Amino acid sequence: MAKHEVKSPIPGTFYRKPAPDQPAFKEVGDKVSKGETIGLVEVMKTFHEVKADADGTILVFPVDDSDPVMAGQTIAELD
Amino acid sequence: MTEGKIKKLLIANRGEIAVRIIRAARDLGIATVQVHSDADTESRAVRMADETVNIGPPAAAKSYLNVESILKAARDSGADAIHPGYGFLAENAEFADAVADAGLIFVGPSGDTIRLMGDKAAARAEAKKANVPTVPGSDGVIGDMDAAARLAEEIGFPVMIKASAGGGGRGIRIANDGEEFRTLAPQASSEAKAAFGDGGIYIEKVIERARHIEVQVLGDGEDAVHFFERECSLQRRRQKVWEEAPSIALGERVREELCAAAVALTKAVNYKGAGTIEFLYDDETGEFYFIEMNTRIQVEHPVTEMICGVDLVADMIAIAGGGKLRVNQSQVTRSGHAIEVRLNAEDPANNFMPFPGVVGELLAPDGPGVRFDHMLYPGYAVPPFYDSLLGKLIVWAEDRDKALMRLKRALDELQIEGLPTTAPLFQALLESDDVRASKVHTRWLEPWLAENPDLIRQKGGSET
Repeated sequence: MAKHEVKSPIPGTFYRKPAPDQPAFKEVGDKVSKGETIGLVEVMKTFHEVKADADGTILVFPVDDSDPVMAGQTIAELD
Repeated sequence: MTEGKIKKLLIANRGEIAVRIIRAARDLGIATVQVHSDADTESRAVRMADETVNIGPPAAAKSYLNVESILKAARDSGADAIHPGYGFLAENAEFADAVADAGLIFVGPSGDTIRLMGDKAAARAEAKKANVPTVPGSDGVIGDMDAAARLAEEIGFPVMIKASAGGGGRGIRIANDGEEFRTLAPQASSEAKAAFGDGGIYIEKVIERARHIEVQVLGDGEDAVHFFERECSLQRRRQKVWEEAPSIALGERVREELCAAAVALTKAVNYKGAGTIEFLYDDETGEFYFIEMNTRIQVEHPVTEMICGVDLVADMIAIAGGGKLRVNQSQVTRSGHAIEVRLNAEDPANNFMPFPGVVGELLAPDGPGVRFDHMLYPGYAVPPFYDSLLGKLIVWAEDRDKALMRLKRALDELQIEGLPTTAPLFQALLESDDVRASKVHTRWLEPWLAENPDLIRQKGGSET
């Protein structure tokens, strides 16, 4: 299957967890379906959920938790 | 202006208000020190200030909210005063105390005054003592449900049942009659107990279709004056987007009462600095009710400056430096009408999604009666770490109709390339009959946005 990239629609700070003391939304190897939340992007004091736009298995998160992202940057690769 | 003690002012803020404070300081001949985070090294305020000090990483908690770093920057630069702007540490009583303890001047009221007016119940009690009308409700927490039900009948339905320990709209219920009240009040109490560990509730009359009207005050610790009112009824998610002065909803008699009430409260707490007393105004009954006092300079202060011909930021710095009020009440006059709109880095055609970016071409409106307070320049990269306010476009004209025309002209002149802004919202609002006639209230804007989904896109909001 072709590799699919999930991109952040907005610039900001990327988070893999819903809150600092909670587990990550998804881990590498997890299956996700279209519409599932895989991370948050904080921009200008508001939080936006980034959802998978295809079904697949997570291969890698190229961006670490709490790292900055640009609009259009890939935050997860799906198989 | 009284010769002040302040020679070098540190600005503990960022964005457009930092630019505004630097200008006021310069007009007073005061040197400026701009503190900034790693994300703001290229900000307009940093480029303008006489000196700059890096106080930490982008996250506000590690920079603009870091009291130790800010005090160290003041010591190292030899600043003798700190202006907190709005937001961040502006209404933090411990910060005001810490600045004073460090032997520096805090440009604002004392920590004790900030503490007093920041406590909602205490502020309400102060207002009552000064004979300022408050929203009818229980005085503090109610324990006895029967007594509460009787009070609710007395106040008149609908009433709001609020959790004393709640906040940000959490734990609020609305009862429309006595029967509903007897069901909802115990529920609200047990829910508050579960959520906040405190079952205390209090009740307040619901003011439907209220306008948000606030009075600008200035005090020097002994005397106080008002600079009339501002109306800020156009709000989205409790955030003001459009402010004007005066409010055309007020007749002269109510205006005088409202402003006199604000001055009475300001004097009662020996207020020192610039402040705002916020009220709800009920069009139908002509009654106004105190909500709270903001102990800082506010975002929308320019509309007052435009109709009164004053510089509130310079005045608050001068008072902090030991100056007295330069005017008595009879010398404060107003003329014409001013409107301010807030330009945020948000996409109004896409549910106001915040969207920072790099400013491309920038054409700033100017000409008669136009003022543009902002933090932009071509090539500036708006950082994603702070709130989305880019600037404020303010217009003045002889009357409201002419001010609306001028606002349209100024918005037509404005060009900010590179990122979406809320400008198309205001172009759309200018065509609303309700806005043109000022038939608005604090819950008017959100339903209007829901009913007119395409208007903003037609006005140039981006396609998404």
